[in-house]
Amino acid sequence: MTERRPTELEGQSPGGKRKGLKLIGTPHRRVDGMAKVTGQTVFADDFVAPRMVHMKLVRSTVPHARILRIDTSLAERMPGVLGVLTGESMPNTFGILPVSQDEHVLCRDLVRFVGDPVVAIAATTEEVAAEAALAVVVDYEPLPTISSVAEAIATPEPQMHDYADQGNIHKVVSMRFGDVDAGFAEADLILEDDCFFEGNTHLAMEQHATVAIPEPDGKITVYSSTQTPHYLHKAMTKVLEKPASHIRIIAAPNGGGFGGKSDPFNHEICAAKMALQLGRPVKVCLTREEVFYCHRGRHPVQMHLRTGFTRDGRMTAQHLKTALDGGAYGSYGVASTYYTGALQTVTYKLPRYQFDSIRAFTNKPPCGPKRGHGTPQPRFGFEVHLDKAAEKLGICPGELRLKNVVEPNTVTANYLKVGSIGLRKCIEAVMEGSNFKERHRKLPFGRGLGLACSSYLTGAGLPIYWNHMPHSGVQLKFDRSGGIAAFCGETEIGQGSDTVLAACIAEVLGVDLMDIRLCVADTDLTPVDLGSYSSRVTIMMGNAAIQAAERARELIAKAVAEKLELPVSRLVFADRRVFDAEDPEKGLDWPDAVIAAESKFGTLGTTGSYSPPRSPGKFRGAGVGPSPCYSYSACVLEVEVDPETGLYTVDHVWMAHDVGQSINAASVMGQIEGSIYMGLGEATMEESAFRRLPARLSNALVHKFPSLLEYKSPTFLDMPKMTTYVIEDPDPNGPFGAKEVGQGPLLPMMPALANAIYDAVGVRVDQVPIGPHMILKGLDDKAKGKPGRYGPGPFPAFDFGEPLDVPTLDEGGDGKATNNAARGLREDRGTMKIIKS
Amino acid sequence: MTDGMTAAVLTVNGEDRMVVFPTHHTLLEVLREECALPGTKHGCELGECGACTVLIEGKPALSCLVLAAECVGRRIETVEGLWGKDGPHPLQTTFAELGAAQCGYCTPGILMTSKALLAKNERPSDPEIREALSGNLCRCTGYSKIIEAVEWAGAIMRGEDDGMPTETQVFGARTKAEVIDD
Amino acid sequence: MMRLPKFRFEMPGTLAEAAAIVAENPDRTRLVAGGTDLWPNLKRRHQEAGCVVSLAKVAGIAGIAGDGATGVTIGAMTTLAEICENDMLARDYPGFVRAVRSISAPVLRNMGTIGGNLCLDTRCTYYNQNEEWRRSIGYCMKAEGTVCWVAPGSSRCWATSATDSAPVLCAIGATIKLVSTEGERVIDLAALYQDDGIDYLTKRRDEILTELRLPAVGGAKSSYWKLRRRGSIDFPVLGVGAMLELDDQGVCTRAAVWLGAVRSAPVACADAAAHLVGKKIDENVVAEAAKLARKPAAPLDNTDFVVAWRKTMVERYVDGVLRELAGLPEKVKNPRHGIACV
Repeated sequence: MTERRPTELEGQSPGGKRKGLKLIGTPHRRVDGMAKVTGQTVFADDFVAPRMVHMKLVRSTVPHARILRIDTSLAERMPGVLGVLTGESMPNTFGILPVSQDEHVLCRDLVRFVGDPVVAIAATTEEVAAEAALAVVVDYEPLPTISSVAEAIATPEPQMHDYADQGNIHKVVSMRFGDVDAGFAEADLILEDDCFFEGNTHLAMEQHATVAIPEPDGKITVYSSTQTPHYLHKAMTKVLEKPASHIRIIAAPNGGGFGGKSDPFNHEICAAKMALQLGRPVKVCLTREEVFYCHRGRHPVQMHLRTGFTRDGRMTAQHLKTALDGGAYGSYGVASTYYTGALQTVTYKLPRYQFDSIRAFTNKPPCGPKRGHGTPQPRFGFEVHLDKAAEKLGICPGELRLKNVVEPNTVTANYLKVGSIGLRKCIEAVMEGSNFKERHRKLPFGRGLGLACSSYLTGAGLPIYWNHMPHSGVQLKFDRSGGIAAFCGETEIGQGSDTVLAACIAEVLGVDLMDIRLCVADTDLTPVDLGSYSSRVTIMMGNAAIQAAERARELIAKAVAEKLELPVSRLVFADRRVFDAEDPEKGLDWPDAVIAAESKFGTLGTTGSYSPPRSPGKFRGAGVGPSPCYSYSACVLEVEVDPETGLYTVDHVWMAHDVGQSINAASVMGQIEGSIYMGLGEATMEESAFRRLPARLSNALVHKFPSLLEYKSPTFLDMPKMTTYVIEDPDPNGPFGAKEVGQGPLLPMMPALANAIYDAVGVRVDQVPIGPHMILKGLDDKAKGKPGRYGPGPFPAFDFGEPLDVPTLDEGGDGKATNNAARGLREDRGTMKIIKS
Repeated sequence: MTDGMTAAVLTVNGEDRMVVFPTHHTLLEVLREECALPGTKHGCELGECGACTVLIEGKPALSCLVLAAECVGRRIETVEGLWGKDGPHPLQTTFAELGAAQCGYCTPGILMTSKALLAKNERPSDPEIREALSGNLCRCTGYSKIIEAVEWAGAIMRGEDDGMPTETQVFGARTKAEVIDD
Repeated sequence: MMRLPKFRFEMPGTLAEAAAIVAENPDRTRLVAGGTDLWPNLKRRHQEAGCVVSLAKVAGIAGIAGDGATGVTIGAMTTLAEICENDMLARDYPGFVRAVRSISAPVLRNMGTIGGNLCLDTRCTYYNQNEEWRRSIGYCMKAEGTVCWVAPGSSRCWATSATDSAPVLCAIGATIKLVSTEGERVIDLAALYQDDGIDYLTKRRDEILTELRLPAVGGAKSSYWKLRRRGSIDFPVLGVGAMLELDDQGVCTRAAVWLGAVRSAPVACADAAAHLVGKKIDENVVAEAAKLARKPAAPLDNTDFVVAWRKTMVERYVDGVLRELAGLPEKVKNPRHGIACV
């Protein structure tokens, strides 16, 4: 970890260009790079408007209660206080999913967790607003609280939300793809495991902030740190009861998102309401503690896996059960629930598959989508499970995985269409890089290697609300100076999407990144892009941008061809020129080419848009999991464990990622390294922990440590050496063949660590984060002759009823369920129910 | 210092600024609000993340944990002062070129800490860079590009590198990126 | 952004002036040195101040003088960074310097002072929280409440001593100077602390800690091991400061073992030390001493890591420190020292 071990670039040039590509695939400076190193990037809290006032939210200090009385009189009398809002002013509910419209901007009758907003106060300064917020008195009548899935099952009443599937179980899912029993009957080995993945949070460095600016004509502009301006726009329209065209959302560059700014939030809508009420701009910037309350982080998930293997290591069937602790609201939870099962099938061949899941409501901040959304938890379980299977079967864990890699261009048991797969190359790369075969199971006691793989979707195949419009749109405007203005609703959250947009256009038109001016994430000015979630921006915006640029190239080529008296087919767009392929001297500089086109066609502008291909699944729940293509990762991790203390150090991580094709090779590396970092945090230390006080003394149920100090995230001194392999196997659905890279490489970190620890000291830790006490306990148990396992107890008892039966393609299935009617209750329930407000 | 207000001259980025501010306000607040220099960020306001790091008398300091009143007469440097007469500071160039700033929110604090490190140690080793920056959290990069950017800026400042980006520098020596192609 | 409450702020130029201002209303006045402890505590409103007196401009209470042969005096306003960078201290008092280097991160050490670290408020995950959070648990005994939530049956507060520098300084027998309008006194550093999470210092509120004095080294070796989650930033979950003096035959002539972060004050492991003195130090003697060191440790569930494991770590870390000082082969690795303490 401390030692600097220089490694040379072996052989080939990295970021190599492919088949005539000029910019795509090379490492290049981000278009927002200089702004970010000069302090010029304007994050939401950096924005200042004339006459601006400041808002604070008063949040619930009790975990579950009926609001009896709100007294704001003391606060209102404080000098500088300008406005007060309570839930009465905003009766409409909102939420990210149409099926979970369960939030009020300010609570009206019930508060459901410590941190639920109740009152908003605006004042001349943030300081006065904060003081006034402390002076608000709210009387509560306490209600019983729920802190875990087991408690939610045991406490059906009182219901936290009346729309739950049953009691306080928000969502129940049970689906069976194929004759799973027959699959298990074929197995030589049936392995069962119980695993647990603790919740954790995004911890973006920027605290959420919003500035709402009312306009004299009654419209309003909202500048906010959001990953999803379009969905915020919809939520705001619903709550404010104003026409959507009168509300303009501009997403500020996010100071980190990771999924934590993907929901519409109370503070954003409330700032707009307050601004409209006061007729003055209103800013709200959350404290770090409040950011922990917004949460929407990783769901704590308990899992039970049961998998059948043949003697030679093929899988015959899997039955996965997951139980999600959802927190107090729906958020993306229905999708999260499905995601804990959906992607099990796209990595390894699983001919038959059953998936049962529940999501419980608990009196804690709502969980939602964090990098990997719902998939890291079952991925952890699966990859640890496979490590155990490999040992039992006497097969190298790498070989076992290679044996089972899904074939390209196939459809999985649960009807996901898989295109390109670079997983085989990923596994080979990290095994070779780490010398896995020679060293695994052969290192001295205390040192170990662990292998794990994963896959992730490149953009959700369906939008969050049902519609037939594009998922992303790009508009180009050409100036006779040669400048190109590109308009797109995409949101820069640090992942480099602005640069991807510019690069796709520059590549097609042969211009420089500097020729392009971006106008992004503005609901008034830019065509919709659904947002920076589900690793969808590069593929969807990229394809839209290519289409818009190609349409422009066609127009410009026509005009230039006419002017140069050449066939269009001979024209090349490169180096800021349009020229004859056979006589490169003959051509027009880029601005002259644009002038030629504008002279011929009038004012120049083009559009492009993208919608993902349709997916073959036609059963309830088939909406979650489909994607235009899937990325793949493989990881080997080396750990040193001190058997005296259980403390361990991750020394080296080898991570290979199948990105299809790099757009910006530097950004691809950055995303892989950032994923390793965040995965390491989740594996080793990050946890959203809660605590109760003794029941006889207090009803409290609080976040244990909502602070950057006590919620542990790795520092510069905690990072291992990293070796990154970028696997380029272009996918036909990706822009220039590109697939996602922002989320996938996080996933294998957690199981790789658990597997490495087992290799090092023979202790199985079936949960994350892995604390040193777990390893020490395992070692102590082993010394006493007990199994060296640390992990959760059995999966909570729950009757999932009869599963939705969907025969697989191999069984002659057509993607439809065969027993919709038999399942009565759930017949009309699904993930895509439209609720009109 | 009457009625809880301070009127004073703060020397920020080599420029004297006459500012009036509440005495109990931190340097962070006064820089962002009174001096209109929002480049300095805040992540916790408790000294737990390093986002608000500025230089006071050339040394990294957490602007959230010092009163502006305590800084009167002391030399304050923020990210806005990095770009000098001769253009960008080498750190700005290398951070931009390598993608060492992703979301960019921790970047101002990290740049200032790095500047102080290179002023004190013109050839810092890998462990020395990690140690110097160990109070600055970043959630995007995994830190590796940041370390490389500091090393590269050091080379530029020592006159050993012209600061022109090459692919090798982007892919660095630390994290080998091997592109495996069809 | 979290903001400080309003207070009267004074920056006196002399110690006499500072002492006089504090003496006006000691209970409502707080001293600030580097600010890294006080400002967060005020922002979170678990401490209050009518008046804050900065020691930044007070003349004559910063700087390092002397050496290991004669003893060293360190002004209370000396920054932690200055101590880390002092070659003489690194040579003569390596355990102390290692402890200081393990405090938080370099940027904070540029601000934090040795006086501040010695007077560091005790910490607890029920206490070091925002006003709103503490409201949601009905506050706690240390501030505004009545119950100690770590030990609800207890009549005292169990907030944890979090100073990294004190355990090893107590082990080597450091003293401090306290100054007030009534005069000055020099006391053992160990006597500054008492095992109560609220009244954790014996120092009167009107007294100002101005100086730390390290005794001449003689034949003593000292060390400090720190347990924490991350390589930086974190407060200790356990600190072990130890001093060992061996004669030519390897027989222990003097010994001291102090633990940090396991009670409300640094705690002496007297039995462990007594076990060492007069014996030729080998692995068995060290192991027995380490076992004895467990007893005075009372880690509770108010910091990072699991309580039972932390208790076990007391023994393993004491064993590790003593092995290091006695030159015995390493058994427990000390993973969090590699980088922070070169």
